[in-house]
Amino acid sequence: MITLKNITKTYKTGDVEFNALNGVSFTVADGEFVAIMGPSGSGKSTLMHMLGALDSPTSGTYLLDGKDVSTLSDDELADIRRDKIGFVFQSFNLLPRTTVLRNVMLPLVYAGVNMEERETRAKSALHSAGLDEGHFHNLSNQISGGQIQRVAIARALVNNPSLILADEPTGNLDSKTGDIVIGTFQRLNKELGRTIILITHEQDVAEHADRILYIKDGKLIEDKTTHTKRIIKNI
Amino acid sequence: MKIRDIFNETYRSLSANKARSGLTMLGIIIGISSVIAMVSIGNGAKVSIQTSIEGLGSNLLTILPGIVQPGRGIVSSGRGSAQTLKNKDVDILRAIDGVAAVSPEDSRRFQIVAEGNNTNTTTTGVVADYAVVHNINLAEGTFISDANDRSIGRQAVLGATVATDLFMDQDPLGKTVRINKVNFTVVGLLASKGGAGFSGPDDMIFVPLSTMQKILSGDDYLSMIAVSVADKNQMADVKELATEALLNQHNVAEADFSIISQEDILGTLSTVIDTFTLVLAAIASISLLVGGIGIMNMMLTTVTERTKEIGLRKAIGAKRKDINTQFLVEAVMLTFIGGGIGIILGWLICFAITHLGILETQVSLMSIFLAFGVSAGIGIIFGYYPARRAGMLNPIDALRYE
Repeated sequence: MITLKNITKTYKTGDVEFNALNGVSFTVADGEFVAIMGPSGSGKSTLMHMLGALDSPTSGTYLLDGKDVSTLSDDELADIRRDKIGFVFQSFNLLPRTTVLRNVMLPLVYAGVNMEERETRAKSALHSAGLDEGHFHNLSNQISGGQIQRVAIARALVNNPSLILADEPTGNLDSKTGDIVIGTFQRLNKELGRTIILITHEQDVAEHADRILYIKDGKLIEDKTTHTKRIIKNI
Repeated sequence: MKIRDIFNETYRSLSANKARSGLTMLGIIIGISSVIAMVSIGNGAKVSIQTSIEGLGSNLLTILPGIVQPGRGIVSSGRGSAQTLKNKDVDILRAIDGVAAVSPEDSRRFQIVAEGNNTNTTTTGVVADYAVVHNINLAEGTFISDANDRSIGRQAVLGATVATDLFMDQDPLGKTVRINKVNFTVVGLLASKGGAGFSGPDDMIFVPLSTMQKILSGDDYLSMIAVSVADKNQMADVKELATEALLNQHNVAEADFSIISQEDILGTLSTVIDTFTLVLAAIASISLLVGGIGIMNMMLTTVTERTKEIGLRKAIGAKRKDINTQFLVEAVMLTFIGGGIGIILGWLICFAITHLGILETQVSLMSIFLAFGVSAGIGIIFGYYPARRAGMLNPIDALRYE
């Protein structure tokens, strides 16, 4: 359960103040699949940083599973990111020259999970993300773009987070591979009941979600339920 | 983050850039090995000088007339001019407990002629005990005997250098030398002691003390008394007793003589060599410092290169401390491995120097511990700033970094 109340974020450059977010409020229920859309500079990236506990708002309240995240220290934010949030980035951000399995195990290193459990959980996350077992011991630079993004999704899943945040996850993929990745999100949402927030600037990607939030100039301008949700099958 | 994970990460990142890690370590290796080699060479030099000084005559107390002024050393205080040591002092010194032998000496420079050759050198009036006290070895003939001294004999013993100067290749034994217009018969020849030594017996002529005082110089005082002590542990006691006895004999409150033990000389020389070693080590440590800066440089490069990775690690839950530790351990590991190799290399250098016969070096455990401590310290000091910089990176900025 995510609740944002009147979130603002102000950046100061010298004497000039810039409001990246200007009083954003919304709620996302558990198990929802939400897309956030907006043109570049609209504040959607800042919003994602707030949601992902990478940054604190200037004012307003952000409740994640009933806990107020907006006033936490750096280290406390790191704990939130570790325990409750899984990230999928546009540029994947896998460790180079490192096996797929190790990449997925990385969040568990910081969570202090023991070796055997790390491997079991990483493998099951990779299965959920739909990667063939044959690729588990490949190096991260030896697999295709679509496979890399599945590894990134598995890494986001491995900590059993209550929220998966995907920042333009299809931005670096061709449309066919992109469909596969979006399909994976839909399946995770439906089968495992994960809350997924997807940030994109492409309308047809957003239409795969249950609900679309439109952001412009740091404000929420439209909150729309998708009636004709596009479903990708056979993933 | 568990310790095992930290070492795992460190190993992976160091082995990912083998050439760079190796070159960076080289700076530490050179620094540590040169510090160890320099300190060992200094220690070796100290031991070798100590041995050669002890070879000049062990357990020796040297009594000089006049006062050796502190800070002015032994040579500059003009001991030749003081006339406070008399023949009577010798008997008093002989009576002291723990004294093995006493050698009164009176030295002057005279013109010496033999076979038409000429030299100007030190002539020393001695008694038979001189040979005992100063470890004198004869090449030929005999040394000055007590009988020679009692009879005010005209016998001379030549040092190796003097013999060559006066007689070239001829055998000087039985020949006549003129010292200050008095004829002496050569009865003995010293084996060359080599080196300049302390009293330089190679460039000396020895005559009986009585002859020296009564015939050659015409006075009754001594230029030096050498006292050989039976047991090394008694040195301090004998020195004290001798001082007391001489003060009584001379009837003065403040000493008009100086007693120098070999330890005093060794102490002075050791201080000099220690200073010398310190200078060498200080120069070598400069390379250690440069090595440390090399580590800092590499770590800063690594942090910049891995900015995105650091951002990712933070995004998935790494705390500032985790990142800090990871990079600090990486730097310390570099210096630790470098330090270890440096110690081995330094040891090998010392081993080579010893085996090539250049100098007997001594690798002290102390210098190894110091080198290890210093290298680990350098890792921490020069790794701290890059590690801190990595830990402080804002995950958002780090992720955006291209």
